[in-house]
Amino acid sequence: MNIPTSLRRAKAPLALTAAVMLAASACGGADAGSEGGSGDKLSGTIKVDGSSTVAPLSTAAAQLFQAENAGVKVTVGTSGTGGGFEKFCAGETDISNASRAIKDEEKAACDKKGVKYEEFTVANDGLSVVVSKDNDFAECLTVEQLKKIWEPGSKVTNWNQVDKKFPNQKLELFGAGTDSGTFDYFTDAINGEEGASRTDYSPSEDDNVTVQGVSGSKGGMGYFGLSYFEENKDKLKALKIDGGDGCVAPSVKTVQDGTYKPLSRPLFIYPKATSLEKKEVEAFVEFYVENNADIAEKAQFVPLNSEQETELKKDLETLREQHKS
Amino acid sequence: MSSPSLGQRTASGSLGFLKRSQPRYGEKVIKVLLVAASLVSVLTTIGIVIALIPPAITFFGKVDFGDFISGTNWSPLFKPPHFGVLPLVGGTLMVTFIALLVAVPLGLGAAIYLSEYSNPRVRKVFKPLLEVLAGIPTVVYGFFALKAITPLLQDIWPGGEGPQVFNALAAGFVMGIMIIPTIASLAEDSMSAVPRALRDGAFALGSSRMQVSTRVVVPAALSGIVAAVVLGISRALGETMIVAIAAGGRPNLSFDPLEGMQTMTAFIAAAGIGDLPTGSIGYQTIFAVGSLLFVMTLVMNLLSIRLVRKYREVYE
Repeated sequence: MNIPTSLRRAKAPLALTAAVMLAASACGGADAGSEGGSGDKLSGTIKVDGSSTVAPLSTAAAQLFQAENAGVKVTVGTSGTGGGFEKFCAGETDISNASRAIKDEEKAACDKKGVKYEEFTVANDGLSVVVSKDNDFAECLTVEQLKKIWEPGSKVTNWNQVDKKFPNQKLELFGAGTDSGTFDYFTDAINGEEGASRTDYSPSEDDNVTVQGVSGSKGGMGYFGLSYFEENKDKLKALKIDGGDGCVAPSVKTVQDGTYKPLSRPLFIYPKATSLEKKEVEAFVEFYVENNADIAEKAQFVPLNSEQETELKKDLETLREQHKS
Repeated sequence: MSSPSLGQRTASGSLGFLKRSQPRYGEKVIKVLLVAASLVSVLTTIGIVIALIPPAITFFGKVDFGDFISGTNWSPLFKPPHFGVLPLVGGTLMVTFIALLVAVPLGLGAAIYLSEYSNPRVRKVFKPLLEVLAGIPTVVYGFFALKAITPLLQDIWPGGEGPQVFNALAAGFVMGIMIIPTIASLAEDSMSAVPRALRDGAFALGSSRMQVSTRVVVPAALSGIVAAVVLGISRALGETMIVAIAAGGRPNLSFDPLEGMQTMTAFIAAAGIGDLPTGSIGYQTIFAVGSLLFVMTLVMNLLSIRLVRKYREVYE
């Protein structure tokens, strides 16, 4: 068949035009779809950073929020509570996750830069001390035993030095890094002083590395927030802690009623006041607070007990009042 | 026809009659661009050195250099901080050593096979395959070491406790595999450059192929082989991802490869990703360790230039 020269020459430009039209129609279709979805029209980016303990909670909140507000992008980083506050007080993030309350030096740094914030308690956590699933001899440790293992200058390298009944098994320690709120809280609660710890363990701000390490070593021991243990129940075992009134295992109930001591702690988010003036940030914070029970359940965190709930609702009301004026 | 002597000058300069009437500007532009391109790498190196020096100097103003070089406790981010860098150096050297134990025999073996024994069809398939090994991202190697090699070693280890979750052996082994293409490629190139005449002479005298490879070709190509090995060492010294993932984050001065140990590069990566306030002592440790690493690699490179020059054989 004889194709006329003019048509043959037009093959390339024709193909190109067809491709461009296809692409344009595809893009156009997608836009039309999302426009029809939410009536909210909220858009923007929200930067959240800080504690790796609180990060799964904030991520769950972000996922639920983004399901209803597709135009908003929420990013959650894990630089550690300390690292998060540094970025927050430098004005780089909108919300700071924290597994401990803000320190005085950090308050001063924020004041210096003129960064104002609100503090919201959004969940509870039971700092869990975990060992490998292959560890069949350790069930319960007292606070004194934990202190002996973790205090600065500790020479404990074997499980039988912790308790004479334990077998001869080398102790391998994994834990939080120095920028981590978990580190601050654990050292304060167990060693009596924030930041005081032995230095020859494998530190990481990312609790998943600790999960990795402990689950792979028979004599391993580590500590992190309860949710990381709940997520990895098949690889890890949580030890019961004896805080003076008998061995208590970490669970939603024991954390909420305070019997899991001294390792129960509240978890916070700190939204920046100037960021709250952005509609999407305010909507996200309100969503976070109003739905905190659902978010905690989705992320396997310990929800607030009833008096903490009332406290939180009050804080939210104050926030709303401030912005109406 | 008499041509002007070189001492004589014509009206338009010496030998002016040989110059073009119209200079080629295109050529000049290209020359400038090429000079700029080569300057970029030189200036970048100089820039890196200049950036490393001020914080390192501030650091050594606060920390005694002797304590730094000879101390065995590295915990700069804890209170009270300790700045003995030996555990990091020990970790780096241990992993590098294990990597070389793997890479040098296998790399040289592959190079000898490719240049002396294989026929052209096999070489056409093998060489690209070897290059693929070099193209695998190092983070993938790191996870391979952590998730495949370490559990395998733990399972097959005869007697006693096998390697820990993070250990230098798996990291070193995988790093060796990563370096094989570097060593093999360079060594094979230099072996191929040995003139056929040398080989033919040896064959003519009745040598077997093994004798030709080991007694004639390898000594002749020695400078290139040494360069290849030194390049492999430099790569191993500076490798970060594999050790950060598989060798762990605990500074540990030990001769036991079954234990985890943090290398200099892994420390720089971990401290750099974390949030250290600019200007703090923790921030300056990154530059101090970086300078030490730079000096070690520089010494390695100078050594390699020396050795290459010493053993180089120039043919025709």
